[in-house]
Amino acid sequence: MNRTYQAVRRRLLQLLPVVLGIVAINFLLLNLAPGDLVDVMAAEEQISDPQVLAKIRAEYGLDRPLHEQLFNYLRNIVSLDLGYSFRHSQPVWDVIVQRLPATVILMGVSMALALLVGVLAGVVASLKVNTLYDNLISVVAIIFFAAPSFWIGLMMMVVFSVKLGLLPVSGMFTIGADHSLAGEVWDVTRHLVMPSIALGLFYAAIYARVMRASMLEVFGLDFIRTARAKGLGRKRVAFRHVLRNALLPVVTLFGLQLGTMLAGSVVIESVFSWPGIGTLVFEAVLTRNFPLVMGVLLFGSVLVVIANLAVDLVYMRLDPRIELR
Amino acid sequence: MPRALTEFWRRYRRNHAAVVGLFILCAVVGMALSAPFVYPADPLRLVGPAELWPLTDGRFPLGTDSIGRDIAAQLFHGAITTLIIGLAASLVATTIGVGIGAVSGYYGGRVDDVLMRFTEIFQTIPNLIFLLALVAVLGPKIEIVVVGIGLISWTSVARLVRAEFMTLREREFVLASRAMGMSDLRIIVTQILPNAIPPVIVMASLIVAGAVLFESALAFLGLSDPDIASWGGLIGEGRLLIRTSWYVCALPGIAILLTVLALNLIGDGLNDVFNPMLKNR
Repeated sequence: MNRTYQAVRRRLLQLLPVVLGIVAINFLLLNLAPGDLVDVMAAEEQISDPQVLAKIRAEYGLDRPLHEQLFNYLRNIVSLDLGYSFRHSQPVWDVIVQRLPATVILMGVSMALALLVGVLAGVVASLKVNTLYDNLISVVAIIFFAAPSFWIGLMMMVVFSVKLGLLPVSGMFTIGADHSLAGEVWDVTRHLVMPSIALGLFYAAIYARVMRASMLEVFGLDFIRTARAKGLGRKRVAFRHVLRNALLPVVTLFGLQLGTMLAGSVVIESVFSWPGIGTLVFEAVLTRNFPLVMGVLLFGSVLVVIANLAVDLVYMRLDPRIELR
Repeated sequence: MPRALTEFWRRYRRNHAAVVGLFILCAVVGMALSAPFVYPADPLRLVGPAELWPLTDGRFPLGTDSIGRDIAAQLFHGAITTLIIGLAASLVATTIGVGIGAVSGYYGGRVDDVLMRFTEIFQTIPNLIFLLALVAVLGPKIEIVVVGIGLISWTSVARLVRAEFMTLREREFVLASRAMGMSDLRIIVTQILPNAIPPVIVMASLIVAGAVLFESALAFLGLSDPDIASWGGLIGEGRLLIRTSWYVCALPGIAILLTVLALNLIGDGLNDVFNPMLKNR
């Protein structure tokens, strides 16, 4: 317990400069944007009086020197103030939090799917190495590794919605559908099938390839030979000894790719009009709502940092020899 | 040199999938090179009736899109966009990655600490959201897209080069160079770097594949340069027609799939050439 506590503390200290760096990049991008917050506000609220604008600018501290503005920006972020979205007439924080559940559901299901399918395919391929199964899995994996996720999504839409009429084309709920809890869960599940597969398949392909290589590597290690020499069956060795150790590289990748997956959900959400953070940031980019874009960027980054910390802890449980970096 | 090249080809062609990849990539390069001659006019101008299915009109073998532009012409010119952005972005990423990785691995210690935290920043930021933000702020110009994709792709090169430098810097030839009084910069560039090049080439070819996917996603969302024909852009404009004319989305998607597949297979093949020991693992 004490060891875990120390490790977490050390990692948190390392993560602090990373978060600060991300904040600085955000601030830099916001300042590179043509026009400041007040210009955006003026356009949204149709204010053109230069005196009023100057007054608002002074109120928000936009007439102060840059380093002072950076300091203010930092102070605001610490108190969870990410700015104001005039389009939504709400603080950026509130807008993001409202859209968060949809994205968390989509990402959670996609990840679970990717891990399950990827690990399973990798294990099967490694157990039947150099057979038809193995080659088939490798070919399918390398194709999904190369296909753009949004294209897979569109093609599934053509087949399952347009041609077969099995699944809803887009959105998260059917308007005017059954409002009982079970009815709603079923409705969301039906809407979730295609986006989660489109988002998850790419990662499933990666995990399958990594898992296969990692299983084969562990199979060749001394302690596996010992286990076999003890008289343990092939299946038991594969699942109790090899699988556990072979999972480590997959966990590493999983942690590294959380941010990538969050970003990938932007494209998938916009394909399927999924009402999450992805569609939110896409709309914000189109309407040049910079405080919201940067808010999502910062929020997403911090989410990834926290999730990575959790992955590090899982890693320590899986392999007690590993000290956190 | 020709002898080394023959030896290289002899080892490369042992990986049949990699040969297929090279073949596909040559076809895409051929499309790009011949585009100005086969379709000399602007591929984005209107040439015929809208939503003409492939193989129905001899003038437009692959049909026309939602507003009557030739799909084949867009695919040919899109190949140019894809290859140029992919290569340029990979070059940007490799340059940044090699620079940071080399300094980090050679000096170690505090320099390494600082540079690794910096690398972690770019590893943490959700890559495509950063790219969207960058393009939104600086405008959808092709050079911004290239630099943006480079900025989100360099971290893997940096980690790789750092690891190579950390093992190589303790070797005798580096000690000898130092004893001869060579400057650090000269040791890094002329002594260690050439030894670290092969894995970097493999990584760079994989980054081109990733860059092609990033560019297609950006163009699909309508946030890349609107005046340039691109495969992703064609899919983005065709998505509203999937009920009637799904081929508008399907065709450029296959082009992206094949190109990325080819680049990945070539990366695998190069890896086998440079690390013959690791093959058949």
